[in-house]
Formats: sequence, C-alpha cells, structure tokens
Amino acid sequence: MMNLVEALLAGDRLALSRLLTQVENDTQEGRSALNELFTHTGKAHLVGVTGAPGVGKSSLVNQLALHYRKQTNKSIAIIAVDPTSPFTGGAVLGDRVRMRDLAGDAGVFIRSMASRGTLGGLAHATAAVTQVFDAAGFDIVLIETVGAGQAEVDIARLAHTTLVVEAPGMGDDIQAIKAGILEIADVLVINKADRPGLEHTERALRGMLEMAHPVKHVFQHHGKIEVVESPIGAQENTAQFWVPPIQKTIANDGTGIPELAESIDKHVRYLESSGDWNLRERSRLETELDALIQDTLTTQFRSSLPEEKYDRALVLILERKLSPWEAVKALMNGRKI
Amino acid sequence: MTEKKIRVLVAKPGLDGHDRGAKVVARALRDAGMEVIYTGLRQTPEMIAEAALQEDVDAVGLSILSGAHMALAPRILELLKANGQGNVKVFLGGIIPDEDVPQLKTLGITGIYGPGTSTEDIVRDVRTSVLGEPAV
Repeated sequence: MMNLVEALLAGDRLALSRLLTQVENDTQEGRSALNELFTHTGKAHLVGVTGAPGVGKSSLVNQLALHYRKQTNKSIAIIAVDPTSPFTGGAVLGDRVRMRDLAGDAGVFIRSMASRGTLGGLAHATAAVTQVFDAAGFDIVLIETVGAGQAEVDIARLAHTTLVVEAPGMGDDIQAIKAGILEIADVLVINKADRPGLEHTERALRGMLEMAHPVKHVFQHHGKIEVVESPIGAQENTAQFWVPPIQKTIANDGTGIPELAESIDKHVRYLESSGDWNLRERSRLETELDALIQDTLTTQFRSSLPEEKYDRALVLILERKLSPWEAVKALMNGRKI
Repeated sequence: MTEKKIRVLVAKPGLDGHDRGAKVVARALRDAGMEVIYTGLRQTPEMIAEAALQEDVDAVGLSILSGAHMALAPRILELLKANGQGNVKVFLGGIIPDEDVPQLKTLGITGIYGPGTSTEDIVRDVRTSVLGEPAV
C-alpha cells in the first residue's frame, strides 16, 4: 500500500482513485494511507455546496470548476455525494451528468460518493476522502452534499467556505427563518435567477440576514426620521465581520458565476485576515478527533463486552425493567445484570 | 471492514439519444445493492474511460443502439487497458447483431445483452464476474 501513497504523491490518478476506494471502504490499507498522507494535508481550500434537491447544485459546481479552470491555474477536485437507498444499499450517482463540460481536463477530478446510510448530507468517509484530495495537491475541493435540505450542517464543519443554494419559489419566509441551513451559509446563492419569484426569494433571504446580522436602519416613525445603529455598525467594512453575500446565478448559461467566484475568494481573504481560517481548521479537526475517539471507544468497549451481557441488558430495557441510562451505567461499571 | 460495494459505471457512448434501456439497467443494479454511476448521453470513449478511472469502478455497462458498437466498444476496452484498468469488466447492451458477438467477446466484452434480456440476468452476471464467483 506504501507504493500507492507514493504514486499518489507523484500525481498518479489511478493510485489516487484506488486510495479513495480504500478510504471510502475504511479498510486497513485506507487507514494507514491516511496516516501517511496526513502531513501533506492542510493546503486545499474546501468549499461546500449544499441546498435542497433540484436547486442546481451539480450545475453550479460544474460552472464554478469551469470558471476556475479558465481563469486560474488551480486544480479542482469534486466530491459529489448522492443518497444510498436505505432498503437495498444501492445508489444511482448521477451528478456527473451535469459535469460533462469538465471531461478531458487533467486538472479536474470528479468522484461520486454514495451516502451509505449517513444522515446529514455527507457520507461517513467524506472528510477522509477530502484529506486524500488535499494531500494529492488539489487547490480547491468542491464538496456537493446530498440534496436533503435542512439539516446538513455537517458540511459547515468540514468546509472552509459553505455555499447554500436556493432557487426562486422553493420556500416561503418561514423557510428562510428556520434555524439551521441558512446559519451555516458563508455565501448565499440564488440559482435559476431567471425564474419568476426571484424578488420574493431575495427579499426573504435579505430579511433573514438582517435579523442575523443587524445593519443600520433609517425609517420613519410617527413622522420623525429615526436611525437605528447596528451594534457592530462601525466594523461592517473591516475584515472583522463577514455578512454572507447573496449571489444570483443561472448555472445553465454561467450568468453570475464570476461574481460568485469573487465572493468565494473574498471569503478566503476574510478568513485569512481575521484569523477565522485557523479557528475553522481547529474546530474542524476537533470535530474529527471527537468523532474518532467516539468510534474507537465504542468499538473497544463493545468488543470487550460479552454479547450475552449486552443482550440481557437489551431484554431488560425492552421489558421496561431497566432504563437505557441505568443499563449503560451498569455495563460501563461492569456490574452484574 | 465494510462489505465490498460493487461500483458500476453505466454509460451511453456515441450519438443515439435513447437512454431508457441504460436507465432501467442502472435501476436494476441499484436495487441489487450496487453503486451505479450514471454519466448521461453522448459520451466519447475518452470520457467513459476517464469516468471509470476517477470512480474506480469494478464494471462498465455500455448501451449502444446506433450500430457503432464495433468502433466504440473496442476503443473503450483499449483506453481502459491503457489506464491500467484492464481488470474492469465491460458489459454491452443494445442492438448488437449476432455475427458481431464472437468478435466482441474475443476482444474482452464480458456480457452482451439484446432487447428482452431480463435485468436479473444482467445483475447476476455483473455480480459473479466482479466477485469472481462461478456463474450458476
């Protein structure tokens, strides 16, 4: 397996692809490769793209990648996650259909991933797969989530910059103030901006943003002009404060893509100048470490626990003779059940 | 270690625009628990080989209704080999005249399926050829 790592670092695409499979399947080889590769990570800009099904995430990723390839010399990796059927374990991964413009470019690598039963819009191994691309030297990793909609906050923990994609007519004002998905946006994108209902969607999003990030307001109250200062008013234009911009795009013809790319660049500059980059790296790696500790401890504990004991506890819980909390306590303390 | 997932690329090379058959097969493979990467219409052999490489698939299913299979299929096999993916199983579906079948098989096409093939047969063949189990 060592030579697969070496081949990957030397730019071998087949080695990269095979390692991605090992990592995705969480094999022993995959794990030791991740150990080898970890020192080579930390350079790529991770951009998450999330939003409800059908808002045009794949088309947007396609256009963004095209833009970067034409305007910059940056290499692009794309991870496209689609849902696994909970019944059969199978999946149809169709995001490549919208990314055909990128074929034949050696600076682009697209990998489809099935969610394999994970909720939250990403697959279990997405973070690890991201590290492999990072180590392979890709400048930007675009991560497209499952189009689940409202609970995909996992992506915000993984990515440096998160794009939340909406489309006109996809939701009303209540959708816009719901907690969760909009709070994770670093850049809000209204795709399909040629569709009717654009103004309404834009107004709803702006309203939501103003609630989250108050700005100076001038309004008339009983005939007098009143001004409400924003608590953070003076800092708005400095690097210390980021208000998610709203970008309007039409991914089918590329309208608004250069402006969107500019917003993403601005966000990187903001992260770097404000020190947020390091904070995000820290919290991302913290999340990963915590998850690994949990996994490892669970596996260790379960393997040390006799199966009959576990089953006995489960039966007692089922018969309502023991609460799950008491059961955990008893199992952890090695008490007799 | 998790159980090995079979990954299959379903592609439509060439210029005919009828992808109903490819989609039916994609669904059947999905329902059999496989991960199917679907590429859409009008793919060049180069695009298909590139996708097979990036996705590290175990098998490639080609749907060709245009009559160009004797040009497209060998080219795809050749590109897969050149990329170091000679081990990938290639299946062919569509309108393939009987007289072409022996030559295609000699070239390395694992299975050839005409109209009326049951999807169960295709699923079984993909599984046995990828996992190396003897066909029943």
